[in-house]
Amino acid sequence: MAKGEIKLMVNGKRLDGRLPEQLRDIEMKLGVVSRADGSAMVRFGNTIAVAAVYGPRELYPRYLQESRGGILRVRYNMAPFSVTDRKSPGPDRRSVEISKVIRLALEPVIFLGEFPKATIDVFVEILQADGSTRVTGINAASLALASAGIPMKDMVTACSVGKIGDTLILDLNGIEDNNSEADISFAFMPSKEKVTLFQMDGNLITEEIKRLLEVAKDACKKIYEMQKGVIREKYR
Amino acid sequence: MSEEYAIDLIETWRKLDGRKLDEFRKIEIEPNIIKNAEGSAHVKLGGTEVIAGVKLVLGEPFADTPNEGVLIVNAEFTPLASPDFESGPPGENAVELARIVDRGIRESKCIKLEELCIEPEKKVWCVFIDIHIINHQGNLIDAAALASVVALMNAKIPKLDGEKIIREEFERQLPVQYKPVTVTVCKVKDKFLIDPTLEDESVIQAKLSVAVRDDGKVCAMQKQGKEELNVEDLEKMIDIAIEKSEEIRKLIR
Repeated sequence: MAKGEIKLMVNGKRLDGRLPEQLRDIEMKLGVVSRADGSAMVRFGNTIAVAAVYGPRELYPRYLQESRGGILRVRYNMAPFSVTDRKSPGPDRRSVEISKVIRLALEPVIFLGEFPKATIDVFVEILQADGSTRVTGINAASLALASAGIPMKDMVTACSVGKIGDTLILDLNGIEDNNSEADISFAFMPSKEKVTLFQMDGNLITEEIKRLLEVAKDACKKIYEMQKGVIREKYR
Repeated sequence: MSEEYAIDLIETWRKLDGRKLDEFRKIEIEPNIIKNAEGSAHVKLGGTEVIAGVKLVLGEPFADTPNEGVLIVNAEFTPLASPDFESGPPGENAVELARIVDRGIRESKCIKLEELCIEPEKKVWCVFIDIHIINHQGNLIDAAALASVVALMNAKIPKLDGEKIIREEFERQLPVQYKPVTVTVCKVKDKFLIDPTLEDESVIQAKLSVAVRDDGKVCAMQKQGKEELNVEDLEKMIDIAIEKSEEIRKLIR
């Protein structure tokens, strides 16, 4: 079906019954991978991301080592069964780019300077995809880093915002993602109020972008409270 | 490096070049330079040189868009363009560049893809944009996006003889309705600048690439670089990009 043919808003509500600026049901769990130094699962509606952190650990081959500080490596991967049409396994162009932007989204909060010659490896697996996978992955990765005891300046909290028809919406699901006028992926350091990931596609005028940034910021603060809650719960 | 030092350096370099922070380097556009391509352009942005070539190939449409042609953007950071580029499959930066250019073109609805359908669900034109970096002197994204759009603007659809493409004869122009222009705005300390050189890029930590359509709508954006930004910075950078995109647009009208 071509873009725009599906009616995504009915009587002011979205297809899954949400209001325009309502998040999906969110679940967060720590310690889901026992072998990892830190791990977390985050679910936004039907989108499930698991992140595991290994490190700081020695980096090989040695020529990759940085004496000024550690490096962060991120691998974002979608499981073949995570989408309706099987995704052939292994990295494609999309996942290469997303891995890079997630790395850049996380890097500003980590005190990498404290780990010369080491690496911190973050693996993000999307087990079930229903839109907003990269931001769900970032939320999981940030929790996994915290639970691995990696020194951090702040958490990283992420969400998506967009526009369907004339309505500005928060937290796009798969069908909205595919049929929206525009979507923005946004990651935020909630205490320092800094943006670490910002990607947009679609068509928006500046006023709409400004409004969406506000919606995204507020949502990130809510997600931050949930992240803090789950960490407190676990290490109380 | 401290941000004070970085902005000092950039301002000094700009003084030497006689260029303000919000000024582009000299832009030279040469359309139609590759005889065998359906459309092409050579863009020079100061010392940065990029060639984009458009080739049209018959193929199958994607299952979710059975009545539309296919757009594919690919970038090669050829090892001749910089000592830092290596041969081999496209790396992370080449993939990112291609995908930023792709989104600017796709999301702006630059090409009327529905006019590229020959037989629904079976046969459509696939538009390949191949971006070759010839010399890397900074700001590859703006140069690559510009070369791609100019190449599309002068691209022609070859004649068809049943299944066969007659490469020397053309049926019509490629249907291009919008011309997205991408401007990358950089932030150092509390200053904003555009069109960074390679030297500028070595000290810049935060950038935002913004693709702007003819009607002033923003159609794709991507934050790059290691450093975080304020929401107010983003808003300011978008405004600068929209304003500056007009200057480039004048060159391709």
